[in-house]
Amino acid sequence: MAAHLSYGRVNLNILREAARKDLREFLDKCAGSKAIVWDEYLTGPFGLIAQYSLLKEHEVEKMFTLKGGRLPAAEVKNIIFFVRPRLELMDIIAENVISEDKMRSPRDFHILFVPRRSLLCEQRLKERGVLGSFINVDEYILDLIPYDGDLLSMESEGAFRECYLENDQTSLYHTAKGLMTLQALYGTIPQIFGKGECARHVANMMLRMKREFAGCQTQVLPVFDTLLLLDRNVDLLTPLATQLTYEGLIDEIYGINNGYVKLPPEKFAQKKQGEGEKDLPTEPKKLQLNSAEELYAEIRDKNFNAVGAALSKKAKIISAAFEERHNAKTVGEIKQFVSQLPHMQAARTSLANHTSIAELIKDITSRQKIPPPLHPGLYLTLLHFSIIVVLCCISCVPPYVSASEAFFDNLTVEQEFMTGVDTDKVNTYIEDCIAQKDPLIKILRLVCMQSVCNNGLKQKVLDYYKREILQTYGYEHILTLNNLEKTGLLKLQTSTRNNYPTIRKTLKLWMEDANEQNPNDISYVYSGYAPLSVRLTQLLARPGWRSIEEVLKMLPGPHFEERQQLPAGLHKKRQQGENRTTLVFFLGGVTYAEIAALRFLSQMEDGGTEYVIATTKLINGTTWIKSLMDRLEEPPF
Amino acid sequence: MAFVTANWNPLGDAFYRKVELYEMGWSLKDGLRDCHVAAAPYGGPIAVLKESQRCSPSVRPQLDIYTASGMPVAAFPWKSGVVKQLGWTVGDDLLCVQEDGTVLVYDLFGSFKRHFSMGNELVQSHVLEAKVFHSPYGTGIALLSGTFRFILATNIEDLKLRRLPEVPGLQGAPSCWAVLSQDRQSKVLLAAGPDLYMLDTTACTPVIPPGLTPQASSIVHMAVSFSYKYLAFFTDSGHVWMGSANLKDKLGEVETKMKTPPKQMAWCRRPKGQQPSVVVMWEKNLLVAGQCQETIQYHLDEDSVLVPEMDGVRIISGSHHELLQEVPAACEEIFKIASMAPGALLLEANREYEKESQKADEYLREIKEQDLLGEAVKQCVEAAGYEHEPETQKMLLRAASFGKCFLSNFRPELFVHMCRDLRVLNAVRDYTVGIPLTLPQYKQMTVQVLIDRLVHRKLYPLAFEICRYLKTPEYQGVSRVLKHWACCKVQQKEEADEVIARAISVKLGETAGISYSDIAAKAYECGRTELAIKLLEFEPRSGEQVPLLLKMKRSQLALSKAIESGDTDLVYTVVTYLKNEMNRGDFFMTLRNQPVALSLYRQFCKHQEPETLKDLFNQDDDHQELGNFYVRASYQEGKLETRVSLLQSAVDEYNKAKNEFAAKATEEEIRLLRFQRRVEEEKGERVLGCSLHDTLHCLLTLGLHKQAEQLYKDFRVPDKRYWWLKLTALAEKEDWEELEKFAKSKKSPIGYLPFVEVCVKHLNKYEAKKYVSKVTPEQKVKAHLAVGDLEGAAEAAIERRSEGEVSLVLSRCSATTDRTIVDRLNRARAAAAKK
Repeated sequence: MAAHLSYGRVNLNILREAARKDLREFLDKCAGSKAIVWDEYLTGPFGLIAQYSLLKEHEVEKMFTLKGGRLPAAEVKNIIFFVRPRLELMDIIAENVISEDKMRSPRDFHILFVPRRSLLCEQRLKERGVLGSFINVDEYILDLIPYDGDLLSMESEGAFRECYLENDQTSLYHTAKGLMTLQALYGTIPQIFGKGECARHVANMMLRMKREFAGCQTQVLPVFDTLLLLDRNVDLLTPLATQLTYEGLIDEIYGINNGYVKLPPEKFAQKKQGEGEKDLPTEPKKLQLNSAEELYAEIRDKNFNAVGAALSKKAKIISAAFEERHNAKTVGEIKQFVSQLPHMQAARTSLANHTSIAELIKDITSRQKIPPPLHPGLYLTLLHFSIIVVLCCISCVPPYVSASEAFFDNLTVEQEFMTGVDTDKVNTYIEDCIAQKDPLIKILRLVCMQSVCNNGLKQKVLDYYKREILQTYGYEHILTLNNLEKTGLLKLQTSTRNNYPTIRKTLKLWMEDANEQNPNDISYVYSGYAPLSVRLTQLLARPGWRSIEEVLKMLPGPHFEERQQLPAGLHKKRQQGENRTTLVFFLGGVTYAEIAALRFLSQMEDGGTEYVIATTKLINGTTWIKSLMDRLEEPPF
Repeated sequence: MAFVTANWNPLGDAFYRKVELYEMGWSLKDGLRDCHVAAAPYGGPIAVLKESQRCSPSVRPQLDIYTASGMPVAAFPWKSGVVKQLGWTVGDDLLCVQEDGTVLVYDLFGSFKRHFSMGNELVQSHVLEAKVFHSPYGTGIALLSGTFRFILATNIEDLKLRRLPEVPGLQGAPSCWAVLSQDRQSKVLLAAGPDLYMLDTTACTPVIPPGLTPQASSIVHMAVSFSYKYLAFFTDSGHVWMGSANLKDKLGEVETKMKTPPKQMAWCRRPKGQQPSVVVMWEKNLLVAGQCQETIQYHLDEDSVLVPEMDGVRIISGSHHELLQEVPAACEEIFKIASMAPGALLLEANREYEKESQKADEYLREIKEQDLLGEAVKQCVEAAGYEHEPETQKMLLRAASFGKCFLSNFRPELFVHMCRDLRVLNAVRDYTVGIPLTLPQYKQMTVQVLIDRLVHRKLYPLAFEICRYLKTPEYQGVSRVLKHWACCKVQQKEEADEVIARAISVKLGETAGISYSDIAAKAYECGRTELAIKLLEFEPRSGEQVPLLLKMKRSQLALSKAIESGDTDLVYTVVTYLKNEMNRGDFFMTLRNQPVALSLYRQFCKHQEPETLKDLFNQDDDHQELGNFYVRASYQEGKLETRVSLLQSAVDEYNKAKNEFAAKATEEEIRLLRFQRRVEEEKGERVLGCSLHDTLHCLLTLGLHKQAEQLYKDFRVPDKRYWWLKLTALAEKEDWEELEKFAKSKKSPIGYLPFVEVCVKHLNKYEAKKYVSKVTPEQKVKAHLAVGDLEGAAEAAIERRSEGEVSLVLSRCSATTDRTIVDRLNRARAAAAKK
């Protein structure tokens, strides 16, 4: 079920198994039938660790969502609360416990804090007079969750806001703890590099924790050679840009949550010949996206413009495979063909799904509609033929035509900013968008991008944008704007010198000739822009940061290097040609496009380094800006 | 070889031997006469209390604590009440059960630790008899009260008193009783005249031992084995009955021909022993009774005490300390006279070898011929483990080592481990240490516990060396010893804090797994706060320091340590503590110096105590945040006036913060709110709370152009946006006439393409076409395309000679229907390419 976690350079399934073992142990501690009351926020992340079947095996019979008032009736012996250590949740739990019906057979209460227990919360339960009602008050240490074969996430939505806006370093503490757990399983990481205030803080905590745990080091041969800690605010630009990889676009348009995406159902209607068109499904189609799906693993990181060709190639292979049946003559051949059928059918379903998704995306990024003979509803029946044709349509259209106006114009402005065109003036496109009251987040993304690419905006420009935004979207957004200013996404230009062009040039952030089909540089993920964070990673591996000292000084926060002593006898002897393994930790979030870029680097033949990625949360510009917004509800008059 | 078997006595098929452990180092005036003696099992310490002479209460008896070799450990005059029983806990604490039911607990060095009562009724009824017993649940105490009731506590660390049920018809004290541990509970077995009762927490059950001789009319003494598996009775007829503790099986019965009740009786049975046997002691003699009819008799010169062990019985007298046990099989095989066992032959071979006699080869050949050399080595190694004399051990190990040379694949562990274990055992058996452990006892108690015992005796260097020698993991070994040493060190009142702290840090250094906070806690317990703080400095885990620092009321320090640990929950904990402890002013001042704590507390207040948040900002003169605070508050307010006044406060704060923009924007907001209220009152339209943009849009769609115009001017809305607004609003209303008027009112600041597009969006191509001609040349192609005029678009594109635009138009053309246009465009393209 989680086999895809073990295929990567580092077997992340070990981590998942360790997490599952802990969960089972806790569940077995509460003997008898049980119901779990979930802090809603946790169900997604938990889904990556254990499905319902595991819980069921351990006598979990019911699941509820945590809410005030009385608990729903359930004939179970134990009620277990799975919660984050938050005071407001403690109040709800207290309410649940107090209003428990005393007349019915008593149920045992347990509480499981994720990822860590908290004295403060226990104190609150005590004040509410319910702490004594709990048989078990435990913690379930779930810091880094294996998300894919080379990807770990803490799934902590608010991490960036907490660290950079509210100066609350809780998530950094969890990060350090998570990295300690990782080191316990995969060996001490001998080298630590970092850039940024938070990175420094995490490294300090790690080194301190290592001292604290001295003497109980696990004798594990180190799997990771290097850890690179990167603050998100070192590279504020990348997440603001629209991701142009397949996975990135899915996330930008539909949003990927805990590895799942919900898509409009129309294109997935399983229509058979002769059936009416009446019953189109109305429930969104939910798909899990990870490297367990062969086709997805192949195309997820491609530039969207190269996806069509890949899909059409795949379609040809699959139809050729199905054609094989005509060649199967002997019983033995037929048997072999039949044995491959399930795999082929899975591949076909997968292809159909991704063709649908690609069409959906294309509808948004392109104004061209699919020509009438190839109505989406028909392609399943005409599978072998139509896919190829549809895909040719996707792939053959030149990009500047295929982009719909809105998408295309937006992209053009982004690229202008990134290349430093007119970043110091009020941009007319943004102006027009505001005038038409386009979604606020889109505006904020663009304005912030302009600010970042200009190392701050002139007072006049900044105030103009702010005023436009307040007048159009409401004055309540003054707090959001203030937040953006506090995090540096939006700022006043203080010095006349704009160092962004220097950074861009030194780090080669803009590549004119980005090859989307057969990329030779990471810049393909944004069709020209090479994500700064990944460039830093790339340069660290070769030739090293010493070559870019000047630029590093321009970016916020200190950069540093630490070494951790390995116990004698655990020094790795590298085989010739063996790649180094680097864990890149993005503090405050990472985008799918950045991950794609790192995967590209891993696969480069002469790269010499393979990357495993860890982060507090997978983000895109929209979710990121959203997390920084202060939402004020209009009072009822 | 005769000397080894000199102290052997045969009993049935087995031999028993009495080995001298120590010549006692103590000097007791009358030996052990009239003394309460308690000796802990596993070679533990001995406590001796002279039985008080009731006649002169002024004479205080002395309580002495000795090692098993009689070395004095502690001595102090007994000042409390009448002691009924002494006993040791598993943790080397001394229990003194007093007549009034109070139990006093002392440590090994005679310092008082605590006391507890076994029940108030005992103050009246007094304790008649008491027994201290050990079970898997800890150390327990059982009492017989003056009213002949039994009171029992299974574990004194977790004291739960159980009053056992009354024994029906019991008029006097039972003739004898014992505590059993069965089915996970403690029970009492008692004999009253001819009857035998089993008492557990719920019931009193009469029991009958199977096959007890009919000659016996009553049981006068009983003994339970070390493992609680076996039971022995001594009857008034002089019989010793042996059987299982559940009274289901009888193992044997021996007639001793002694009618006087014994002073003490104990099981003497080794694990895997050949037979069960019991040692019975009277005033002057000692008797070993087994399954056969004969017995072994020893004469006793002085008063003695029997201490049952798992593999024998120790006999302590005023001058000697001996171990009586069945001779282990390996020793018997080797040392039995004329034994031909492989081990015996190997020992002989080695002896000859050392004498450089060729007979060595003969013996060796004999063993090898039977292919028993491996067996022989094993026997010698095993027997060495059972021998007390290092010389004998060496002799056996030498023989084993010699034999090993002739074996090619003999696993070395057995020999190596034995050497190592014996080295440890010999070290602790040493007279000065005085822990006479046997190998099985040592294996049973584990090295861990042995280290604990040594640490309790403050034998730190020895414990340390043993850990190092056995390569015990630091966490369980060296670190633990050092920690105990340090805890002991901090109690040395005469030394200065500085000196002690330095001594400790030098010795402990970077040793892994040392908990300095535990040591500091100990120092604090002893009232040495300063020392505790100094020691905490060495604690690498900041988190660990916090609770103790709070306890010591060093909250400021606790706060900085909590911050250092990075554990925000810990910071919160200290902050809440400080908040309750300090007055508000000081509390805020403290936070001010700790930005991390301050921002955490702010977060806390934001959700929990908004008013405190305001105070915090006020104190810091953080006007920007105060402004934000008021803005936020205004949105929680329903009444317009309150809202406006809150916003006014925000304006004031923003002004103080010199945030001109925010102040102005908020002023604008107030103005807008007032304007909206007016519109609502005058026109009855709900616009309150809408953004300026939405308000304008609303007004325009309602046709309130005058009001819109006013708002546009008052709020200095940029022309471009106003045009957009009006354009969309009119198109939405489908007021095409007004739109046309508007378009002609003056030159559009946004051009005319938006007019085209908005009209198309509202599905009015007719209106859209009106504006196509007004569009700038750059946007012509787009405009034509928007209204679906391919020809126009093609024309414009060709005119503009733009490759991109030509392609754009081409992409919109269908190959079948727009043949001519496609051709035209292609021609134009080709022409452009030629140039």
